[in-house]
Amino acid sequence: MAGVTRRFHSGDRIVTALEDVSADVRAGKVTGLVGPDGAGKTTLMRLIAGVLRADAGSIHVFGINVSADPLSVQGMISYMPQRFGLYEDLSVRENLDLYADLQALPMSDRAGRYDELLHMMGMAPFIDRLAGKLSGGMKQKLGLACTLIRPPQLLLLDEPTVGVDPVSRRELWGIVDHLVHEQGMSVFLSTAYLDEAARCDEVLLLHESRVIGSGPPAKFTREMEGRSFVVRAPEHTKRELQAALEELNGVTDAVVQGDAVRLVLDAGVKADVVEAARIPDVDIRPVPPRFEDGFIDLLKGKERAARTASSGTPAPRLTGRTTDAAPVVIDVAHLTKRFGDFTAVDDISFNVKRGEIFGLLGANGAGKSTTFRMLCGLLPATDGRLQVDGRDLRVAAAAARGKLGYMAQKFSLYGDLTVAQNLRFFAAAYNLIGARRTERIEWALGEFELAPWRNATSRDLPLGYKQRMALACALMHEPDVLFLDEPTSGVDPLARREFWRRINALAEGGVTVLVTTHFMDEAEYCDRLIIMAQGKILAEGTSEELKRAIRTDARPNPSMEDAFIALITADEAGKAAA
Amino acid sequence: MKGSMMRLRGLIRKEWLQILRDPSSIAIAFVLPAILLLLFGYGVSLDARHVALGLVTENPGAATASFTAQFQRSPYFAPRTFLTEKAARHALAQEKIAGFIWLRGDFTRALDAGKTPDIGLFLNGIDANNARIVEGYVQQSWANWIAARAAANGIPDTSPLTVQPRIWFNPAVSSRDYLVPGLIAVIMTLTGALLTALVVAREWERGTMEALMVTRVTMNEIMLSKLIPYFMLGLGGMAVTVLIAVFLFDVPLVGSIPMLLLASALFMLASLGMGLLISAVAKNQFVAGQIAIIAAFLPAFILSGFVFDISSMPAAIRVITHAVAARYFVAILQTLFLAGTVRSVLLPNLLALLAMAAFFLSAARLVARKRLD
Amino acid sequence: MLTRVFALIIKEFLAILRDKKSRMVLIGPPLLQLIVFGYAASFDLNHVPFAVYDQDRSIASRELVADFAGSPTFQKIATLHSAAQIRDMIDSRKVKMVLDIDPRYSRDLLSNKPAPVQIIVDGRNSNTALLVLGYANAIIFSASTGWNARHGGAAPLARLVPRALYNPNLDSHWFIIPGIVALLTQVITLLVVGLSVAREREAGTFDQVLVTPMRPLDILLGKSIPGLIIGLAEGSVIILAAVFWFGVPLIGGLLQLYAGLALFIVSVAGIGLMISSIAATQQQALLGAFLFMVPAIILSGFATPIANMPVLVQDLTLLNPMRYALVVIRRCFLDQPSFASLIPQYTAMALLAVISMTVAGWLFRKRAV
Repeated sequence: MAGVTRRFHSGDRIVTALEDVSADVRAGKVTGLVGPDGAGKTTLMRLIAGVLRADAGSIHVFGINVSADPLSVQGMISYMPQRFGLYEDLSVRENLDLYADLQALPMSDRAGRYDELLHMMGMAPFIDRLAGKLSGGMKQKLGLACTLIRPPQLLLLDEPTVGVDPVSRRELWGIVDHLVHEQGMSVFLSTAYLDEAARCDEVLLLHESRVIGSGPPAKFTREMEGRSFVVRAPEHTKRELQAALEELNGVTDAVVQGDAVRLVLDAGVKADVVEAARIPDVDIRPVPPRFEDGFIDLLKGKERAARTASSGTPAPRLTGRTTDAAPVVIDVAHLTKRFGDFTAVDDISFNVKRGEIFGLLGANGAGKSTTFRMLCGLLPATDGRLQVDGRDLRVAAAAARGKLGYMAQKFSLYGDLTVAQNLRFFAAAYNLIGARRTERIEWALGEFELAPWRNATSRDLPLGYKQRMALACALMHEPDVLFLDEPTSGVDPLARREFWRRINALAEGGVTVLVTTHFMDEAEYCDRLIIMAQGKILAEGTSEELKRAIRTDARPNPSMEDAFIALITADEAGKAAA
Repeated sequence: MKGSMMRLRGLIRKEWLQILRDPSSIAIAFVLPAILLLLFGYGVSLDARHVALGLVTENPGAATASFTAQFQRSPYFAPRTFLTEKAARHALAQEKIAGFIWLRGDFTRALDAGKTPDIGLFLNGIDANNARIVEGYVQQSWANWIAARAAANGIPDTSPLTVQPRIWFNPAVSSRDYLVPGLIAVIMTLTGALLTALVVAREWERGTMEALMVTRVTMNEIMLSKLIPYFMLGLGGMAVTVLIAVFLFDVPLVGSIPMLLLASALFMLASLGMGLLISAVAKNQFVAGQIAIIAAFLPAFILSGFVFDISSMPAAIRVITHAVAARYFVAILQTLFLAGTVRSVLLPNLLALLAMAAFFLSAARLVARKRLD
Repeated sequence: MLTRVFALIIKEFLAILRDKKSRMVLIGPPLLQLIVFGYAASFDLNHVPFAVYDQDRSIASRELVADFAGSPTFQKIATLHSAAQIRDMIDSRKVKMVLDIDPRYSRDLLSNKPAPVQIIVDGRNSNTALLVLGYANAIIFSASTGWNARHGGAAPLARLVPRALYNPNLDSHWFIIPGIVALLTQVITLLVVGLSVAREREAGTFDQVLVTPMRPLDILLGKSIPGLIIGLAEGSVIILAAVFWFGVPLIGGLLQLYAGLALFIVSVAGIGLMISSIAATQQQALLGAFLFMVPAIILSGFATPIANMPVLVQDLTLLNPMRYALVVIRRCFLDQPSFASLIPQYTAMALLAVISMTVAGWLFRKRAV
């Protein structure tokens, strides 16, 4: 790739998707294209596959210029688009048949190849099931099988792990490793998950249409050597500590991780800055760096050049406070939801206290969205008791809904309205009138730094700003309870940090927060969480407790994902035994 | 070459499976046509039967009775008697009756005196077409009455001219016989343009088109794989509607069936070409559906001569109708069904259809690119 | 409550007017339909092509031919010389009618015997055929009376004096164009209201609204009032076009007209909201609107009289708001109806509005999946 640029016209504006991108992808390796949503990953994939043309620059695949001879290139590569390119009303076998025909695989080779692929994917029993009826992980594997019908020389995978549970994700990586290392295939895949980058042989970091770094993932972590720490201070809540550390000079990054704070320092800064801050009983320990640290460092480095002062967050109040005595705000007992004979939520119970951040974790289809919607009063429960602030929202008077804030998946706001119009609408919907309304709108524009975007059509906002606006709308009426549905999916790590900073501040102020997520590492932000699978609660507790439960000598530092996978595996093993 | 055949076969098989499994395809290809056919077959009729006609006889007698009696007997009228002209006018305003006949008090006297009394016929002119048809019926009854009365009294017929009407091809003047064949054109536009535009747009929306494009498949193969199944589906739908027309609605089919097949095939190609062209321009179902309805369905309905007479339209609109493929097909259908295999009608219309099919298909091929931008 | 409803209305307008696609739906199709329907959809016949096969070739027969050729309805395009040509001309659709004058025509006329004239009509379009025959009959009848007057024949026993009330020239544009007011208002209202909930559901904003303190009634009002305003605005534009562009007289009271129009729009909005709350996607809502619209138009009396339909179908039309709207609008255009005389129509539409709105409001909560 050399100097690739691609622009799109959107109305009267020109959007640059890729700006002067140059890179090499080497054969026989797994190369990861890493970046947040909107960074230009899909555009680059499509350019390589020859279904888009570059405005400038050129791409050669195995020495062939893609724009000059796309058909030859397409004969050598396989490409799995984001939604896997499956025909949902065709069965697994029929999908395979179609791609076998398209790739001109001789009839005589088919039976053998199908067996091999289905065996590799572990989906032989489902060969006659409709693709639309498969789980996300299964679809992804079928999509992969279809692209592998005739082994390509280069395999392009566009965000293959979005919406897929951690177990399937791990299996997919196993398959990719097998393809590259056993069969000598080249794989180029894109992902928004930073933890996946570490599994690649090489990575290409894409941010805001530009390549900001490339090389083996170890290169990024090596640069961070000696800069990562875990900090604990028993006198303070983790969030207070995080807020305090973040304010220090020389700190690149500080995020809540379990009951501690993970700290990354600027290059050349020594750990004594923390001691200098005079936080009582502080315990600071070095830990090995991870890929995300390197990415944040790169982004921060860019931003540091652009602006210096960070803004907006309230100053940390270092007053110790425990939430144990706080009253229960959300109370769920024996909650069940059935759709026909399918049980989406199966007899679950939990409660959330005031000022707590509570997480609902699980893969797509685990029942967390259904639970969430029942809690908000959007869906009637089949059975069981559920109360928010002492009331069932489904039957409570409309005024009761005025106490909660709701931020939907995909930050759904009125895309055709401007930022100010959206804010004004939601202010009115929450019965704010007159001076109070003006005041809150001004607060939202100021607090969330949306003032410069006041008259921008919200559809055109960058994703991070959409997220801010959605949160602003949900907080318009200063709710006591905040519901967040997949609040950070797709946004870049910096926006994610900023988002959590705000949520932390709210929780400290006594707002109860219920959040669903399928990002395992996001669970670290929660005070307590439940993990759901197939409508049931698999485990409940703090993230530390969950991780501790699976800690072994072989795995002294398990991640949240490890804990999740261990739970699922144990659950399935238990079912198989029964 | 072998690879190409194999790809095409794979794509066509996929298309068939999708058609069979997708309820919305079936709905547009079979349910919608059936609803339209039944609606038109049973619901729409321009033939006035049992017209509610008011009769006001101010001074009843033998002469008025002989005049009004024929309305009582006629299948065309369902007469209602009113005592005063005012009451009848009121009923007319309320649209309870379509018109009324007013025989004044001096009718019998004038008739007996050999003077020519007036028979008042008042019609609700709001529905002009219906009013005209009712007027025609009443006129006919009046002429019959005069002839009968003259013959009975031994007076020579006073009307020097006699009209002998001959209505060819549709002697019963049943509107169903001309609406139903024309409707076939509308229905085939639905499967051809609307359904095709929607299914291609759906592939774009679901991202499967992207997956197809990165394989070795060529644009010709993709287009053929859409053309062939929907061509067959369209002809299937057309066969079903022809059967319903002939056996359920008793519409005669006088012309040759091979000719019908040829014309339908050409029209189907034109229609499919239009659908493919629309889908190449509009890549989501919402927009594709809108364009298909405005550019294909509506003209087929209104500008094809299926209900409204083309030669009576203003000149500018008449020019536009030449760009509507359904216009030629409707002409062929009405002729084949009711008049027979008339070469002088078929030939120019078939040629026009051929030209339109060629135009739309090549335009669709030109616009379609194997790229996403 | 007022604040919330008002905010919803403002939001709805902004959402519709700021989106290019929605704006197009509001302006493009209605304009196109107005033009196409206004000009093309007419049952009136003008310059109907006909041929003459005059076997008599006398002064009298030429007079008759001249009567036809001089009428604005007919246009003579050929003179035939053999009976075989008649078949050709009609078969090939070159003419719609052939005037066949018998060789004995003038002889019979002069000897006071009925002189035969044959009218051969292409029956492929039965409606046209009947109308052509009607026009031809009228011309021959007036020729007949003219002959009698000139040659001292007896006057006819009685004379039929037809008079069309409200539309003296039986101009079918006066029928179709006021109908378009109802037709297009229905299309617009259905699209604006019917797609709006489905669109919000697709975008996820409907959930967002449902969790605010809004009540179903607020949402119902907030969704139908924009439909009402837009429907009334579009309706007014079409009414203006009907009067000033197409020259249809508007003699009835505007108050009666707008009362009917408003009731009609509200009942259609209710149906739109019903469709919208059942549909999960815009696609389904569009299909639903289409499936409702086509029968609703065909079974409304828009083009063909309800009286001609089978009894069962006639009963079905009682559920169709457009049926009542057409009566109100057409009478207001061509007649001067009092409020009292329109009460049956008003009540029927109001009833349909209440029912559809109630069902829609119930479905909002029910189908919040």
